[in-house]
Amino acid sequence: MFTLRNFSGFLSGTLRLITKGGRLYYAWVGFLLLLIAIGAGAYIGQLKDGLIVTKMRDQVSWGFYIGNFTFLVGVAAAAIMLVIPAYIYDWEPIKEITILGEMLAISALIMCLGFVMVDIGRPDRFWHIIPLVGRLNWPQSMLAWDVIVLNLYLLLNWFVVTYLLFCAYTERHYVKKLVLPLVLLSIPMAVSIHTVTAYLYNGLAARPFWNSAILAPRFLASAFCSGPAILLILLQVLRKTTKLTIKDEAIFKVAELMAYTMGFNLFLTAAEAFKELYSGTEHMVYFQYLLFGLKGHTTLVPYAWASILCGLVAFILFLVPRTRTNWVTLNIGCVLIYASVYIEKGMGLIIPGLTPDVLGDIYVYRPSFTEIAVAAGIFAIGFLAFTLMLKAAVPMMLGEFTITKGRTPVEAPPQEI
Amino acid sequence: MTDHKPECPIGGCEPPATIGGTRREFLGAATAAMATALTGCGTLSKEEFLQHNFRELSKQEVLDVIARLEKEYQAKYGREVKVANTPAIPGVIFGYALDLSRCIGCRRCVHACVKENNQSRDPEIQWIRVLQMDKEEGVNVQHADAYYNPEEVPQEGHFYMPVQCQQCKKPPCTKVCPVGATWRDKDGIVVVDYNWCIGCRYCMAACPYGARHFNWGEPHLPADEVNPKTHYLGNRPRPKGVVEKCTFCIQRTRNGQYPACVEICPTGSRKFGNLLDKDSEIRYILENKRVFKFKEDLNTQPNFFYFYGV
Ligand code: SF4
Ligand code: SF4
Repeated sequence: MFTLRNFSGFLSGTLRLITKGGRLYYAWVGFLLLLIAIGAGAYIGQLKDGLIVTKMRDQVSWGFYIGNFTFLVGVAAAAIMLVIPAYIYDWEPIKEITILGEMLAISALIMCLGFVMVDIGRPDRFWHIIPLVGRLNWPQSMLAWDVIVLNLYLLLNWFVVTYLLFCAYTERHYVKKLVLPLVLLSIPMAVSIHTVTAYLYNGLAARPFWNSAILAPRFLASAFCSGPAILLILLQVLRKTTKLTIKDEAIFKVAELMAYTMGFNLFLTAAEAFKELYSGTEHMVYFQYLLFGLKGHTTLVPYAWASILCGLVAFILFLVPRTRTNWVTLNIGCVLIYASVYIEKGMGLIIPGLTPDVLGDIYVYRPSFTEIAVAAGIFAIGFLAFTLMLKAAVPMMLGEFTITKGRTPVEAPPQEI
Repeated sequence: MTDHKPECPIGGCEPPATIGGTRREFLGAATAAMATALTGCGTLSKEEFLQHNFRELSKQEVLDVIARLEKEYQAKYGREVKVANTPAIPGVIFGYALDLSRCIGCRRCVHACVKENNQSRDPEIQWIRVLQMDKEEGVNVQHADAYYNPEEVPQEGHFYMPVQCQQCKKPPCTKVCPVGATWRDKDGIVVVDYNWCIGCRYCMAACPYGARHFNWGEPHLPADEVNPKTHYLGNRPRPKGVVEKCTFCIQRTRNGQYPACVEICPTGSRKFGNLLDKDSEIRYILENKRVFKFKEDLNTQPNFFYFYGV
């Protein structure tokens, strides 16, 4: 009974926390709401006229939406980079770090599901894909697998975050026997969501560019570079704006880990490029389209090289201890690696996989305004989710907002511990 | 929201108790209203929203669905459109053979197909693609031109290779579909349930022959060009946002007719028949001509064969 009443107090407390804030907070939330409104407007147009308002066509049937989806699955998976060090390096009280990583994963997953939703031609039939209610083609379809693992991972993270925060709110210590296995479970789960997403493309014999055995490892390696890049910046922001204490060494440790994954990522990419370019079979056309252009079509070329260049520079910045521990160069490195992987997963993975198409046709794809506006809206939803979660979580984690401090003392039930 | 009851062809309109029925209750009308909002127009009926996968419908439900569709088409095109539900004939597996030495690249098949199968005219959807290839290069898609447009065909130094759905025995397109909206029927025809497809376009990424096409925009089919003889799994008018493909003219071939492309071809390049019938022309070709399958190495095992007749 108590728990139930406490939980409703927890919910209303959360609500109160997220509605009250400084001017900067309101401005930020307002900005995000504006972006969401723009995205929603564009999406309504897409619903009315169909996906024809995008630049996707039969030849390039997946584009910007699915590219963003793929990238964000990587971010969700990489959130565990924050969980692992919490154990290995015995960082901070585990709950704080884990909560941050898992909240990031939740936001990324919300965006993933959003991108899938705006990409399908018949969103009114979304229920067809719900297990038991619809008709899931499992285990044959990799997309069916993806639906399952993404939602399980979302549930898992959502549960752990809520539970840990609720414990903090009620001023009780979380039950380690419950949390630890779940957090440990989230590690293979994170690997599996990105692996399944890679298999989505990997299993298609019709698309030689994706049909490579190292696609899944490449996905993981690149995700483990880009995900933590976001976290590193985030941790610094949190340190400045809240009372959370995050030690320098912790940040540098993550940066060091990133240097290894980046090296590995570059190596895998080089291995793939070598196989294609040296053997020189007709499968090379996709790499050629991406890196050098094909039959006069060079749309992707600047993106491809920008991505490679950003990746290389970031790798050096993270590898050298001096630049890794310098805040300016560290942050530049973060932005570069983020840009590199974002381009690689969007323009560099989906488009060359589909161009030239299976009958040799080259259709030049560039996202339309609608696609960009809708994507901006979805990103804003993700940022908003993260902001709101953070807004409520930080005071709870700091013990500033608890069952005794959040209410008037008269209402407070007797302490249980 | 337009929420009219479906017309009932045979007496009392009790919905039959099937698995589909309980699922329907689970979903309820409230979700239907939300779905109407999601389609961006007010024309999605509750019945359409809750309709289950075609293969899971009872006989009565199929009749109800067909009656509803015919009524919708009547309202939309102002004329009677018949939607058949002819099942596969036992003992028949359809096969197709195309004579590359005869095809002149005139693309009459393309246009006959569009007419027969009620494809959208604007934006235009074509199920057959005719590739112009260099004789020097042989069958190599990287040297193919689908947009050739000379005064006269055939052009010197080229040959023509029409590509359409190969009705694979091991179709990657059906394997990947997350909701089972597409499958291979008993006579070897790969079909799509347009009322179940969610438009994820995974099948398009999986098909090695570019045979699947998506309704990116609202299909525009002028009322006077509608072919009123349709099949549920074939050429009935399609909604926006779903995938469609060649079905060997299921509405014709299951009634013993040739596909429209076979009928129109002026050079007789196109052959069609029952692979299980030892005396059929198609079997004769497979046994006596130089035959090859397109992209054989991908092991999709097409029931569509190319051959050199002369
Ligand atoms: S040709 Fe393509 S659409 Fe047709 S059955 Fe094969 S994979 Fe499916
Ligand atoms: S587009 Fe339709 S038929 Fe194709 S895979 Fe998706 S749901 Fe299945």
